[in-house]
Amino acid sequence: MEPLSNKRKVIAFKPLNLLERTYLPEIAKGMAITMKHFFKKDVTIRYPEQKREFSENFRGQHSLKRDEDGKERCTACGLCALSCPAEAITMTAAERQPGEENLYREEKYAAVYEINMLRCIFCGLCEEACPKEAIYLDGDIVPTDFLRKDFIYGKDKLVEPPLNQ
Amino acid sequence: MSTFYFIAFLSIFFSLLVIFAKNPVHSVLYLILTFFTFTIHYILLNAQFLAVVNFIVYMGAIMVLFLFVMMLLNLNKETEPGKHYLAKLAGVIAGGCLLVTLVGSLKAYKLSAPVILHDPNLGLVKNLGKVLFSEFLLPFEISSVLLLSAMVGAVLLAKKEPRATA
Amino acid sequence: MELLDIGIKFILIVVIFLISLVVAMYSTYAERKLAAFFQDRVGPNRAGPFGMLQPLADGAKMFMKEEIIPTRASGLLFIVGPSLAIMTACIGSAVIPWGQPIQIGSRIIDLQVTDINVGILYIFGVVSLGVYGVMIGGWASNNKYSLLGAIRAASQNISYEVSMGLSIIALLMITGTLSLKEITEQQHGWHWNILKQPLGFIIFMVCSFAETNRSPFDLPECETELVGGYHTEYSSMKLGFYLFAEYINMFISSAVMATLYWGGYNYPGMDWVAAHVGPTIAPLIGVAVMFAKVFSFIFFFMWVRWTIPRFRYDQLMDLGWRTLIPLAIANIVLTGIVMTFFK
Repeated sequence: MEPLSNKRKVIAFKPLNLLERTYLPEIAKGMAITMKHFFKKDVTIRYPEQKREFSENFRGQHSLKRDEDGKERCTACGLCALSCPAEAITMTAAERQPGEENLYREEKYAAVYEINMLRCIFCGLCEEACPKEAIYLDGDIVPTDFLRKDFIYGKDKLVEPPLNQ
Repeated sequence: MSTFYFIAFLSIFFSLLVIFAKNPVHSVLYLILTFFTFTIHYILLNAQFLAVVNFIVYMGAIMVLFLFVMMLLNLNKETEPGKHYLAKLAGVIAGGCLLVTLVGSLKAYKLSAPVILHDPNLGLVKNLGKVLFSEFLLPFEISSVLLLSAMVGAVLLAKKEPRATA
Repeated sequence: MELLDIGIKFILIVVIFLISLVVAMYSTYAERKLAAFFQDRVGPNRAGPFGMLQPLADGAKMFMKEEIIPTRASGLLFIVGPSLAIMTACIGSAVIPWGQPIQIGSRIIDLQVTDINVGILYIFGVVSLGVYGVMIGGWASNNKYSLLGAIRAASQNISYEVSMGLSIIALLMITGTLSLKEITEQQHGWHWNILKQPLGFIIFMVCSFAETNRSPFDLPECETELVGGYHTEYSSMKLGFYLFAEYINMFISSAVMATLYWGGYNYPGMDWVAAHVGPTIAPLIGVAVMFAKVFSFIFFFMWVRWTIPRFRYDQLMDLGWRTLIPLAIANIVLTGIVMTFFK
């Protein structure tokens, strides 16, 4: 057959000579290889203390953003929940009362905003759907926990800390 | 002396258990214990080499093979062969022979003068080897020929017969 | 006086026992750590500094775990198995000379529990007894994987005991004694037996790999074929005993190899050292040398484990019966010829 590439290698099964049949040189070679690795620097990243750098488009834990005055951007339009393929987002809207203008940017805001991190697939569609640029997946890796209920993140974990702190 | 009686009691006890144990594997395990008591007997007789060899060869190798076979056989009630009357007859004859021997030995029993060990190093390898390879050279070599013939026989039995068509 | 002697012996036994247990314990740690280093990893590093407390954590875990005895297992034998395994592993250290007699004050203390004149054979006996722990445990589990593992262990041990014994015979022809103490004393300074018996040593070493069920001969417990081998049904500390026995066996066989072939506590220039530091310190240096040898053998065991893949069963038997035994016999003949013509 015509060779498609020149990478083909004809393997010849030669009978082993006496030295090869004792396998001792090959064993010694193998031992040398492992010994070489013994002195090599390890490639482990000691995770909780050390972290690998995230790529630029890494999607981690969600954060609900504030605007430049420290007001919450989210207006509880529900587009993120609608776009979410995993149906991880739920929210309850509430009307802004007078005197809360410094807290919420829009007249309607999310009183409850919950993301179930066990359902979330970190696709980033909520981020794209948001008309107010209120949600971004720019956080860290979501930490582990023991109970399912602890994976439902409310506003206390999602909203950005106030600006002046 | 009391050690001897204790160990002797143990050997007889375990050898009885070998016979009376229902499970053949348990039987073999009791046999191992019996051999272990024999080892202690050898040590009491100041024959360390024989003791250790008994330990290695009988307990460590032969009984392992016994156990091996017993474990693989999976003996139980269903596979037990029917007791042919010829087998029963053979059993009766063998038992009778044992009885006769026992009675005969009991009749010939008399207290001999206690054997005094002149050389406490009698049981050492060096002395044993010297005796084996000088005084008892012929029986020693003959027994090795016996073992060889047994080995050849085993090889012959294990070898596959050539196919008739080939 | 008599009582004091017995007391010293007792202390010596306890110390050696403890040392072998601690060494076995830290062998598990070393195994994991070395495995990591051979594979460019870090290894256990959470419990204590560098993970030094890991063996303690493992031991505590083993003790706390639920004890499961299968209903179909034969009760007493299921317990006898691991007990026998660990017992035979522990009593092997009794005849190994750990150092020269040490002088404390006016007393001279032997650093060997007992010097029986058939020391090597005693070790052989103990080793051959060790297989019963595995066999009884495997059979009593009433599990086909356990039984297969046990049978593999038994046939492997029997096969390799033969060539082990034959390789020792060549050594005994040179030394002319079965006592481990005398053998060690003959290797004074640098006159180690490895120089006279290189082939015998290689055979002996391969056999001790097989006898301790270490990789590449770890067929009795190979996970990929037999689930866990003979200890498939074991849990909790009984499993711990089996695993522990393996490491103690490794320690003892390293000590035997060091004693028989690598001079035990002897090292070049020991007379000079003994003349300069006195009869109390010099034996301690000898003990340190002995342990250095033992630890390098343990290191070698682990090095081999992470290098050489496991044998297939027929290859194992082939190596044992058709390579090592003829080699060992050839070694005996060769030794005999050399002894006849050059002495």
